[in-house]
Amino acid sequence: MRSAMPEEVRVPSVGQAHVDLRGIGLVYGTGDKRTLAIDGLNLQVRQGEFVAVVGPSGSGKSTLMKLVTGLILPDAGEAYYEGKRITGPVKNVGMAFQNATLLPWRTTLGNVMLPFEIVKSHKHQLRRNAEEYIERARQLLATVGLKDFADKHPGELSGGMQQRANVCRALVHEPRLLMLDEPFGALDAFTREELWGVTQELWIKQGFSAILVTHDLREAVFLADRVIVLSSRPGRVVFEHHVEFPRPREISTIYKPEFGEIVKDLRRKIVEAMES
Amino acid sequence: MNKTWDRSINRAMPWLAIALLLLVWQAASSLVKNSSLTLPAPTLVAGAMIKHHDAILSNALQTLFTSLLGFAIAVVVGVFIGLAIGISVRLYKGLYPLLVAFNAVPKVALMPLLVLWFGIGSVPATILAFSLAVFPIIVNVATGLASIDPEMEDVMRSLGANRFEIITKVGIPAMMPFLFASFKIAITLAFVGSVLSETVAANNGIGFLMQEASARFDVSLVFAGLVVIAAMAVMAYAICIVIERRVTRWSRHGTQRHH
Repeated sequence: MRSAMPEEVRVPSVGQAHVDLRGIGLVYGTGDKRTLAIDGLNLQVRQGEFVAVVGPSGSGKSTLMKLVTGLILPDAGEAYYEGKRITGPVKNVGMAFQNATLLPWRTTLGNVMLPFEIVKSHKHQLRRNAEEYIERARQLLATVGLKDFADKHPGELSGGMQQRANVCRALVHEPRLLMLDEPFGALDAFTREELWGVTQELWIKQGFSAILVTHDLREAVFLADRVIVLSSRPGRVVFEHHVEFPRPREISTIYKPEFGEIVKDLRRKIVEAMES
Repeated sequence: MNKTWDRSINRAMPWLAIALLLLVWQAASSLVKNSSLTLPAPTLVAGAMIKHHDAILSNALQTLFTSLLGFAIAVVVGVFIGLAIGISVRLYKGLYPLLVAFNAVPKVALMPLLVLWFGIGSVPATILAFSLAVFPIIVNVATGLASIDPEMEDVMRSLGANRFEIITKVGIPAMMPFLFASFKIAITLAFVGSVLSETVAANNGIGFLMQEASARFDVSLVFAGLVVIAAMAVMAYAICIVIERRVTRWSRHGTQRHH
């Protein structure tokens, strides 16, 4: 029923969306050095939606990641995750950054197993169900093409492989929300496009919600259901675009003229955001 | 030149350097007047080592004992304090100026106090070895803990990890290379502390032996003592390197590939 309603009426009530940020304000520093990083930011992410956040440097994109995961709390406004007010680090979230941040003393498999050792619902069963958990981790590694590298150390992997392992670590405990902060930024173009495919595949398979912070507009349009443009500091949402390409999207989608139009449009909005 | 030839030259370099040093030493002592009382030739020193090998051995064991004991205590205390100030910012702020002050005090200035409190012998030697060895361990442990990647910390926290889990699963393993690197510095400093203490307040140990020998103008034996200390320190250093390589093999995975 709800999906039949017109767009503008479909504003969910407070806290109903998977992630719900309302009137968020955030201040950095103290005294004379106080700057408003984010001001009056509203963002709702539906269950299972893939949202990309783009914007000029210093628009508080990475701050937004920390707000959603409860690693920092807003100075103004209200943030909800799964209907509950965020008061501390949010559970059941997977995170991947531009640096793979793998633990160099652990094997690839050992790194991917890390969430099972920490997430509350898993860690007490880890000893009893060790084999099952290891099997799950190995299967996920196989999905991203790292089957033969499970027992290697991160130092023996290429940058692209490390980033695959990083994504595996973020997803192995099947979180309901995946946060990606420029995860493919340091990779070469081919590897990056390959990993877009891998990410989309995992997203379709596991059905998590995802928030992707990126500088790469093509990455944003290729992966996301909705692309959000943030303004310069203080960051707030100035534009959003619903990407209508059907799933699964082929990499050739990025060469379609419509795709190019969307990217061009977004670029213009970001330039406007920088100038205003 | 091929690679094996290259490698065997590299391996021989330390011995070549020692041989060169001995040659220069021998030549220098032949140019000095009364060299047996000022700069005895290596051959004379070797002779003294053979002649006094019983005394050298028992005194060397004494020095080895107090050095290793002081080092061991320094490891335990250093790791403990290093962890404490690495984990708690408040403790770090409170203790760091004190630690710097403690480290700046010339340790030989402690000797009169140590003798006053503990008499002479193994106790002040062990304490002086400890006091020299402990600081680099503290600093390295604290630095190692501080090397946790903030993004890794975010990953851990968003998984629901508490402070203890972040320390045990990320901080302490990341600290290990720093800890073992500090062992190399600490063990040599422990020898310095023991010998220093023995020259002032002991009835045995290499430091005491050298002090005695110099009082008797047996300069060859003084040099023999120096050589023995140096050899022990080099061996201890080498053992530390072997342990370090074993324990922290992972930390070189990344770098090995780029050579």
